Amino acid sequence: MVTSMTLQPPLIRTAAPHSHNPAAVEPSKIVIRDVNVFYGAKQALDSVSIDIPGRSVTAFIGPSGCGKSTFLRCINRMNDTIPGCRVEGAIEIDGADVNDKTVDPVVLRAKVGMVFQKPNPFPKSIFENVAYGPRIHGIASSKSELEGIVEASLKKAGLWAEVSDRLNAPGTSLSGGQQQRLVIARAIAVNPEIILMDEPCSALDPIATARIEELIDDLRQQFCIVIVTHSMAQAARVSQRTAFFHMGRLIEAGPTEEIFTNPRESRTQDYITGRIG
Amino acid sequence: MTILIALALLAAFSASVYMLSRRRAVALAEGRSASLHSLPGYHGTWVALWAGVPAALIIILFAIFGARIEDSALRAQVPAAVAELPAERQEVFWSDASAIARGQTPSEISYQGPIGEALAAKTAEARRLSVIGLVSVLALSGVLALCGVLLAYPRLSKDFRARNRVEGWTGVLLIACSTLAVLTTVGILGSLIWESMRFFQSVSPADFLFGTSWDPQIAMRSDQVAAKGAFGAVPLFVGTFLIMLIAMTVAAPVGLFSAIYLSEYAGPGTRATIKPLLEILAGVPTVVYGFFAALTVGPSFRAFFNWVGAMLVEGPMDPLGQYLMTVQNQMALTAGVVMGIMLIPFVSSLSDDIINAVPQTLRDGSYAMGATKSETVKRVILPAALPGVAGALMLAVSRAIGETMIVTMAAGLQAKLTANPLDTVTTVTVQIVTLLTGDQEFDSPKTLAAFGLGLTLFTVTLALNIVALGFVRKYREQYD
Repeated sequence: MVTSMTLQPPLIRTAAPHSHNPAAVEPSKIVIRDVNVFYGAKQALDSVSIDIPGRSVTAFIGPSGCGKSTFLRCINRMNDTIPGCRVEGAIEIDGADVNDKTVDPVVLRAKVGMVFQKPNPFPKSIFENVAYGPRIHGIASSKSELEGIVEASLKKAGLWAEVSDRLNAPGTSLSGGQQQRLVIARAIAVNPEIILMDEPCSALDPIATARIEELIDDLRQQFCIVIVTHSMAQAARVSQRTAFFHMGRLIEAGPTEEIFTNPRESRTQDYITGRIG
Repeated sequence: MTILIALALLAAFSASVYMLSRRRAVALAEGRSASLHSLPGYHGTWVALWAGVPAALIIILFAIFGARIEDSALRAQVPAAVAELPAERQEVFWSDASAIARGQTPSEISYQGPIGEALAAKTAEARRLSVIGLVSVLALSGVLALCGVLLAYPRLSKDFRARNRVEGWTGVLLIACSTLAVLTTVGILGSLIWESMRFFQSVSPADFLFGTSWDPQIAMRSDQVAAKGAFGAVPLFVGTFLIMLIAMTVAAPVGLFSAIYLSEYAGPGTRATIKPLLEILAGVPTVVYGFFAALTVGPSFRAFFNWVGAMLVEGPMDPLGQYLMTVQNQMALTAGVVMGIMLIPFVSSLSDDIINAVPQTLRDGSYAMGATKSETVKRVILPAALPGVAGALMLAVSRAIGETMIVTMAAGLQAKLTANPLDTVTTVTVQIVTLLTGDQEFDSPKTLAAFGLGLTLFTVTLALNIVALGFVRKYREQYD
């Protein structure tokens, strides 16, 4: 039954009509076909195919160990840094395969930003954290331009008002929620097209989580956002599309509202209603 | 021997007390072990501790101090014949008396007449004293062991908190161990300060600390007045720091870079090969490095500099050429470079651990920003690891300052005030060794100078460590 699924066309169809979601009319930004991932001999992902639209939020949900984080890390080739990890299949961003030999992962990652589960500001000042990307990629040509980028990024991340008077304080002196927004500011400072978020709120309290969720909603005007989350409520709140993973397979993907109200697969229903997971 | 048997008997006694008390506790529980406050084993342990520890302490104290007490009791009364002897001969008499009493070989001096009688009398007294001492200590320990059992055993009951009591004993044991370590340090420091004071009575601290000439041999030959100026420690400290600087110039970059290679770049296979190899390097005894420096590195350095000198002679840089032609085997550079090689595994192994301790999330964050490996190392990992790396380097500096063997063999013994790495220099530790090898007189400034040097070196190392700790702490506050 599951095997037959992988032979079906991908479930997210950007052309599909969704009156509730204007964002869904965006064309596909990321097209993924038949991706397998192996850690050594162990297969972590099995023939995953999905289309992810630009300028919208796509949420990956599923129980722990289902492969959703692994899948997310395929998109910016972060799995390259894990010894023994092998990725097969086609992952195309704007029609170009990210695993192509001519693609430099360093350039790819500038285009595809990433935010991690635990806030990971560098042991540097707030300013230097945000300036990190522009500096290594040579984006700013002058000090004032760099300052402009830092300010704009912090404003977009909704952190400027809180830190504008202490840009030289260490990034680690901020609270957990502020640190996570700092990391988001760091990611958007290089003006990426896609932002991957791996459970960005799992280490935060509800108030900080609400702020990040608002921020994600704002950012979708400009970026293609893919978020992995354990919280189904969060997926329902922030995403326009949802994909459900189970045991290394993509079970179902579609508009968030449909997945949560009228899933096609019984396993999706079981997970959403709390019977598995 | 008797002492060991007594201790073994005591251990056996404690073990049987343990079994007995444990059984008693089980009996108290009346089949419901949960009704006891503590497990039966704790009851047994507690009574056994009271039975064994005080008695064992008495026996051990006797083993350490017994001979001394017996000796002073023996000497309490000096026979008239002995009192007439000169002081050294008296010492020989006393040690002979003890030696004969213990059945050991005495000195070859023959005792006749009244002194022979005195010896026989004192030998008999020594035998008697040692029997009295042993018997009384064994009796005392036996009484203590019995008292311990008799006092502790009746207290066992269902509600007795044996578990907490045993915890108290554990605390005492741990405190005793740490006190021992602290007291040893205090003792060493105290003796260092005491002997240094004696040294500074004959040589003024100002001359010692700021004098630029070091030649303790002259002080031995001439009067103490002439000793002034001969104990200037400046050349030794300059030599020490020169060699330390050369060593760190080699060890810091090479060690740090190999640590970065091992932790960030090397694959698991390479790492599994290189790391043990580096650790073998750390296991080479310093004396082996010493003769490697003296017999291999020194001559090749000399050959190289002489060769360069020969090329330069009669050219525009003739004086430099002439100088290089005269370079000898023993030089600061040899000792420094070999010491640096010795410190490489030390630095790399410590730094490798520290770099590995930098959270993976920081690396992921940097790679996800599109940074390359070297950018990540330079901008994220090293700043995060800096406090630890600085600590590792400070430890390496302390070792470089304290290292003796390589310098003795490769840098020479002549105390020259120079910053020229091609010259022979000597270090503080080497001079301490030179001062204390061979015949010594404990009241000559020459010997006492070793304590002065030791104290100064200790102060310098302590100051370095404090500065390093302060630096590390300041950095932590900023970035942790």
